[in-house]
Amino acid sequence: MIARKFSSATSRSLRVCVVGSGPAGFYTAEKMLKAHEGAEVDIIDRLPTPFGLVRSGVAPDHPETKIVINQFSRVAQNERCSFFGNVSLGSSISLSELRQIYHVVVLAYGAESDRILGIKGEELKGIHSAREFVWWYNGHPDFSNMTPDLKNTDTAIVLGQGNVALDVARILLRSPTELSTTDIASHALDALRESSIRKVYLVGRRGPVQAACTAKELREILAIKDLQINIKEADLVKTSADEEEMKNNRIRKRVFELLSKASSTSGQTSGQRELEFTFFRKPDKFLESDDRSGYVGGVHFEKTTLKGNGDSGYQIATGTGEYEDIKCGLVLKSIGYKSIPVDGLPFDHSKGVVPNIKGRVISEDGLYVCGWLKRGPTGIIATNLYDAEETVASIYEDVSKIELTSRKPGREGLLQLLESKKIKFFTFDDWKKIDFEEKRVGGLKGKPREKLTAWKDLLQVK
Amino acid sequence: MTTSSRPTSKPVYVSSNKVVGGTNFGDEVISGQSQRSCDSSSIMFISKISRLGAQAFKGLSKAPLRIPSRRSFFPKVQNDYLFPSSHKLFSTTPTSNSQGENEDNNQKISVTFFDKDGEEQEIKVPIGMSMLEAAHENDIELEGACEGSLACSTCHVIVMDVEQYNKLEDPTDEENDMLDLAFGLTETSRLGCQVIAKPELEGLRLALPAATRNFAVDGYKPKPH
Repeated sequence: MIARKFSSATSRSLRVCVVGSGPAGFYTAEKMLKAHEGAEVDIIDRLPTPFGLVRSGVAPDHPETKIVINQFSRVAQNERCSFFGNVSLGSSISLSELRQIYHVVVLAYGAESDRILGIKGEELKGIHSAREFVWWYNGHPDFSNMTPDLKNTDTAIVLGQGNVALDVARILLRSPTELSTTDIASHALDALRESSIRKVYLVGRRGPVQAACTAKELREILAIKDLQINIKEADLVKTSADEEEMKNNRIRKRVFELLSKASSTSGQTSGQRELEFTFFRKPDKFLESDDRSGYVGGVHFEKTTLKGNGDSGYQIATGTGEYEDIKCGLVLKSIGYKSIPVDGLPFDHSKGVVPNIKGRVISEDGLYVCGWLKRGPTGIIATNLYDAEETVASIYEDVSKIELTSRKPGREGLLQLLESKKIKFFTFDDWKKIDFEEKRVGGLKGKPREKLTAWKDLLQVK
Repeated sequence: MTTSSRPTSKPVYVSSNKVVGGTNFGDEVISGQSQRSCDSSSIMFISKISRLGAQAFKGLSKAPLRIPSRRSFFPKVQNDYLFPSSHKLFSTTPTSNSQGENEDNNQKISVTFFDKDGEEQEIKVPIGMSMLEAAHENDIELEGACEGSLACSTCHVIVMDVEQYNKLEDPTDEENDMLDLAFGLTETSRLGCQVIAKPELEGLRLALPAATRNFAVDGYKPKPH
């Protein structure tokens, strides 16, 4: 009965399943619906809630960036599109099962793990990946029980200088009162209110010319109220190779300008909190605290220098054999996300992506990738727009042969399978209930929403 | 960095991180922030609020309205009076630019969009309206992920004539921050949400960047400025 209700497409439909409902998944669905009139697109996600990193990655104090949810919601409510939350590829349903049911399967499930440094002491308590910390303050149900210790130290070290690094540093340094009107998870807000962290180091292996952040995020952190910024003027001396690197890179140029400007007023304002940009330092090992056994007490860094990397035009950091320790009680590693393969999926472990040509998984008919799983964990939301266009163009080229050769049950098949496996899936209407509830509770506290952060609370909504 | 020779200030919303998107999926959507001056549409504004009810306004401390059509795929503009981006650049200009007067004069300029395949479409754009809104009203496929709140680069357009480009306000730092991330950036690139129709721009020609052709699987790098 449910099947009949759901199935609006005809037998000639092109049955498409998109795995993952973040920006890559939703842009793929949108482009697919637009490219092919007969496409019926189902989006599955392992969480009951849609939107992936727009919900659990974008910082709570960046509500404008989340506005794209409006567009994705219109896609989800297209009559040829359906959302199936709480359906996990690999555990609820296997890749081969999906491929039997659908003509086209597009994997857009992103990168839900982290790169590691592989250095001594990395297992010490107080060291987290930035992703875990971000998921924690954004109320991701997998990390609602995480309890980063912000009370036993006044110093945090963030490894990395990309936008994620700036996000976590900003959340640590901003006034909790300002954050209290965002959709930050309440457990995180409570912890930040009690935080004793006053100084954050943002550490990069290379120099200010190579800092991976963008101007917007940098401008934002530099403008935090009562925050003292420290940048060593000596670090801002450019080599000719640096000039060369900047010459053709507008972002690098503008980021460097902002850092230079900040350096000229460096250390002047005596703020309650302090942010130090530390360049040319490579983590060598983590040091255990003298006072607290099993906890991190600092990072042993090797000083680096830059050297050319073949003809790439880019420079890489190499160790100088000189070392320096920085004490801290919290480390957030913001050194990159990593995708995880599922059974039956070709995977390039060194690059952390699925081998593909313009989104077509190599020698796997009907299987495509989009987003971070396709090109690695970089870029902004809009990158996925162009990425999805490319994958959908590949699908479009291929479908003429697919359609003629086979009929697939699509949505009806998925529903049968989910029923037989007794999987309680969430529709987009179920999400709207969650959404309504979150906004209602948030409204009582002056927040745009109060996220449901525990699995049991989310599952109870249905 | 930004020199402002004209009587406009920087967009007012930028300093605020309090913008809140309250949505009732598929229903009217409210988002943004406002410090709107009163105009002839206040009455409509109020009636709109009462229709939406208090729920929709929770958490929206200073919100302007944006009301996309509930059926269209892209947000469609139904009224001229509620556009934050129209207000942004004109917020400090004399009252002669007020929306109410525009409606009386019904003053429009013609703008031609060239899509990725070079196909052109000429549209009429009311004075004060942004190119993003105008494109969406006319079903031109210009993306607008953040709906004109300067938080994305998807409404990137290329001004085809340098003389026309020079008639525009200089981009603010905040617009430049987003242009940094635009695909297929050129010397005359702007964000569609920041280009506001004014009489001097009559005949404006805008190209949508053919970004897909430049998109490589491995490590796409935006073209330098």
